[in-house]
Amino acid sequence: MTETFAPRTRFAVPGRIAVGDQAASVWRTATLTEVRRETPRAATFRLAVPHWAGHLPGQHLMLRLTADDGYVAQRHYSIASAPDGSGHIELTLDHIEGGEVSGWFHTVARPGDTVEVRGPLSGFFAWPGDRPALLIGAGSGVVPLMSMVRHQRARGLAVSLRLLVSARRPEELIYARELGAETTAVFTRSAPQGVPVGRLAAAHMAPLLAEQPPGGWEAYVCGSNGFAEHASRLLVAAGQPVDRIRIERFG
Amino acid sequence: MHVTRGFTGRPRVLDPGLPPGQYDAGDDWPVLSAEVTPDLAPADWSFRVDGLVAEPHTWDWEAAHALPASGYEGDIHCVTGWSKFGVRFGGVSLDCFLALVRPHVSATHAVAYSHTGYSTNLPLADLTGGRAWITWEYDGTPLAPEHGGPARLVVPHLYFWKSAKWIAGLTLLDHDEPGFWEGNGYHARGNPWEEQRYSGD
Repeated sequence: MTETFAPRTRFAVPGRIAVGDQAASVWRTATLTEVRRETPRAATFRLAVPHWAGHLPGQHLMLRLTADDGYVAQRHYSIASAPDGSGHIELTLDHIEGGEVSGWFHTVARPGDTVEVRGPLSGFFAWPGDRPALLIGAGSGVVPLMSMVRHQRARGLAVSLRLLVSARRPEELIYARELGAETTAVFTRSAPQGVPVGRLAAAHMAPLLAEQPPGGWEAYVCGSNGFAEHASRLLVAAGQPVDRIRIERFG
Repeated sequence: MHVTRGFTGRPRVLDPGLPPGQYDAGDDWPVLSAEVTPDLAPADWSFRVDGLVAEPHTWDWEAAHALPASGYEGDIHCVTGWSKFGVRFGGVSLDCFLALVRPHVSATHAVAYSHTGYSTNLPLADLTGGRAWITWEYDGTPLAPEHGGPARLVVPHLYFWKSAKWIAGLTLLDHDEPGFWEGNGYHARGNPWEEQRYSGD
């Protein structure tokens, strides 16, 4: 028995996106070069990573901090920047209450500090820019999606891309100044004048799924598990095929 | 060792149950499936074991529940970094299913697959000897859909991506065949105590 195994099942998982098999097992020392505030809770941290192999929009990395007694904390973070060959990458991190890693970034870190990273990791949530993409995120779930938006703009890709992003309040909308005509923002607690307050709903989905691009949308959903469940159900109800929904849940 | 300036981290807890690089998730149980949670009723659930076996067999919900009840009480470890202590899963030992299909001596590995099409590969030795279960209860209540209900595989001594949710079957092979995450750069075996997270670890 040597054939490739393929399960015969009722549902379907989206296929793998071809990514390079670079040496993601190597830890590299990255130097913090810039910190930019995005919202009261979130900031962007720019890192110079020597010999960074490059990434696809949507990929993540593993980051570790080491205390002087050898204690190690490691976390997975989505990459916010588009691949640009600059040898730099950007992460946008929420300041999590009691978070040992995000707490360090938000209260201790300053340019010149070094951390360790390995990656890029996983080819599942990646967008190579080769297919129309419908991006749906909430809170810092917008981070890997922003990498895709930036990639599309930087390369001038003609392929369709739409971003549906949910935030509690306008001041908590990460990358607000950078979002353009491709974006619809949904506010759940308070909204700018004239914009309704409310949860992401079928009415937000319908116009996007009505404008099916050639080949259909590849949907990317990122956020908390509660948001991911809600958004993916709305997508399925609106007719998006389950094997074209890719989900990245926080945890 | 590369010390991070000013990083102290959480208070140290000497916990021999915590594998390297993991933290205690406490009461949280994060959900990390990459696909849409399927709407799968127990009546539509089935579990098949085939491949290199004497008698391939498919169990439905009732037939699986007729097997001797068994369970796992202990810890689980996710590759993203959290571990959860003292969880209780109820179901049937995989040994019971395998005894009925009688694996061929040439069978060395298995691909476990889900009703969603998700798959993960395991050495057969990691699925036998009372170390793996098909489970439908968590803490005495039906397993929630987002955690793999109505039934999931539980192989608690490996990272939890090996414990396929919405388990549909097991195909026994005479070689290793990468599953969904393994094809996306994850480690072929995933032993948390050796920190086998990614390919090359």
